[in-house]
Amino acid sequence: MRKILMVGNPNVGKSVIFSRLTGVRTTVSNYPGTTINYTQGFLKLGEEKVEVVDVPGTYTLEPTSKAEEIALQMLETGDIVINVVNAINLERSLYLTLQLLERDIPVVVALNFWDDTKHRGIEIDLERLRELLGVPVIPTVAVTGEGIKNLVENISRATSPNSPSTSRDERWAAIGNIIEQVQRIEHRHHTWLERLQDASVKPLTGGIIAVSILVFAFLLIRFIGESLINYVLDPLFNNLWAPIILGLSNIMGGGGFLHDIVVGKLAGGEMNFVESFGLLSSGLYVPFAMVLPYIVSFYLVLGLLEDVGYLPRLAVLMDTIMHWLGLHGYAIIPTLLGLGCNVPAVLATRILESKRERFIASTLVSIAVPCAALQAMIFGLVGQRGGQYVVIVYGTLFVAWVILGIILNHAVKGFSPELLIEIPPYRVPPWKILFQKMWMRIYGFLAEAIPIILGAIVVINIFYYLGVFDAVANFTAPVVTGLLGLPKEAVISLVVGFLRKDVALGMLAPLALSAKQLVVASVVLAMLFPCIATFVVLIRELGVVDMFKSAGVMILASLITGGILNLIL
Amino acid sequence: MTNGKLMTLAQMQTGQSGIVVGFRGGFGMVDRLNALGIMPGKRITKISAMIARGPVTIEVDRVQVAIGFGMANRIILELG
Repeated sequence: MRKILMVGNPNVGKSVIFSRLTGVRTTVSNYPGTTINYTQGFLKLGEEKVEVVDVPGTYTLEPTSKAEEIALQMLETGDIVINVVNAINLERSLYLTLQLLERDIPVVVALNFWDDTKHRGIEIDLERLRELLGVPVIPTVAVTGEGIKNLVENISRATSPNSPSTSRDERWAAIGNIIEQVQRIEHRHHTWLERLQDASVKPLTGGIIAVSILVFAFLLIRFIGESLINYVLDPLFNNLWAPIILGLSNIMGGGGFLHDIVVGKLAGGEMNFVESFGLLSSGLYVPFAMVLPYIVSFYLVLGLLEDVGYLPRLAVLMDTIMHWLGLHGYAIIPTLLGLGCNVPAVLATRILESKRERFIASTLVSIAVPCAALQAMIFGLVGQRGGQYVVIVYGTLFVAWVILGIILNHAVKGFSPELLIEIPPYRVPPWKILFQKMWMRIYGFLAEAIPIILGAIVVINIFYYLGVFDAVANFTAPVVTGLLGLPKEAVISLVVGFLRKDVALGMLAPLALSAKQLVVASVVLAMLFPCIATFVVLIRELGVVDMFKSAGVMILASLITGGILNLIL
Repeated sequence: MTNGKLMTLAQMQTGQSGIVVGFRGGFGMVDRLNALGIMPGKRITKISAMIARGPVTIEVDRVQVAIGFGMANRIILELG
């Protein structure tokens, strides 16, 4: 099968064109680095089925980063290149184009953001550009799909001019020559959107904008999540599902080992979806009615921030603070992702340049950034006791994040490179792709969480039945009771936290903890150890040795923090 | 074309613009800057600078780039 490679600078809409071509759902974002895991799809060219590969964004074929090395390696394997070029900044994009034309591979150029050229006062002579490059040049507007059909029709016309290999200075001279012949720029006054862009990276206005956006994002996430729970899912479970479950409970005789695994324990003939711990009760209620609503709202809001192009600006604003933690501003992106799920967050630390940064960022995310599933349970259970307790949990995690970052910054050898990123313009998000991406993330959550949640519930029931937990609880009682001030049974929740943190927090519900104990348990659970999915990714990304170092930091930090909370609250 | 004085990007005032004349740094840094369109002869406008030696945001060829303070201190421009 022939292979088509999509090659271009970061932020040129390459991934959007890719998903237009293939229809495959793929992660598209407005910041460079997301496609470091390349995406594949298929396209029908008449009768022929061809493979399409979305190569990580690169500025040059002389690699300056890991992502660019990968891009170069992948170039060896392709048959045709679609070179996506930014019509707004033709000059810079053409450097990569000229390098591609020097190689022995047919190229077709997609001139993206074509619609933007008009209101930016840029005029490009397409015919002349085609002549000078010697390959087809197709104007496209990826977000609306304009020009995509034309692009597909021209794939077969891709040619390789086999230009002689040149030096860097010669290439830039050639580009200067091309630009002079094909591009004319009229000066335009700044639009209000451009003024907003500038204001977003200035210290005072930028700070105000950042705080407003983050507060609004938080309120929106809460509003959507709460509304889904209160008006859709809770009524659904309480009015429709509960009677069915109670009927089933009757049929199964109202008790016994199998009954408890399937339906769960009933409290006085009533269904308590959080505490019953059966497959069909808690096993469905926790993921669907407690966690899923917040997953939906979180990823909707995060996707908006990504696709509008706000996150790189947040990176600029946060840069100084992140340097205290041994990171630079860009590390704010994995950190925000971690508030959804720690797994993609750890993967996203690849956008950071050095091993030291990746170690610090991954460790900090695993310790102090609670995932959406855990947060949903914190809001659900701790929130019942009063908002101030939720604030204490979050405040503690934030302070732990800062202090640990400062310690790691001094303790881990090496230095942190400086921030150097392109800041893409604000854009109206491509709605269809935004929702596709959200659906992919929600599906990812369901596919990953549901089997583990159901498995955890079976294992927990069996362990209860066999009395395994009693032995563990007695063994760890000195730490759990002595240091943390929790009932010894709470250790079971901490152990289950290795499987799923949402289920684990749910297990605290029947223990009748005081508000203070619930706060301590939530914080320790969040910090103690990553869930199994994150654990696996951490081993893969950091290696076994660094993972153990990281785990050591986690356990130590969580016990110290929990002990301090127990003393001062 | 220009007759202004030389200074680093970090020293420049927000809103000023100048022509890049050179870099005080290794090839690694220069390569990364070139890839983002920052090279000798280019006109750069300083959009903003974060407080406390934070990153500098510039515009070059209608594209904005954020540059860490240390690196900004090693880009030399001629004002004008």
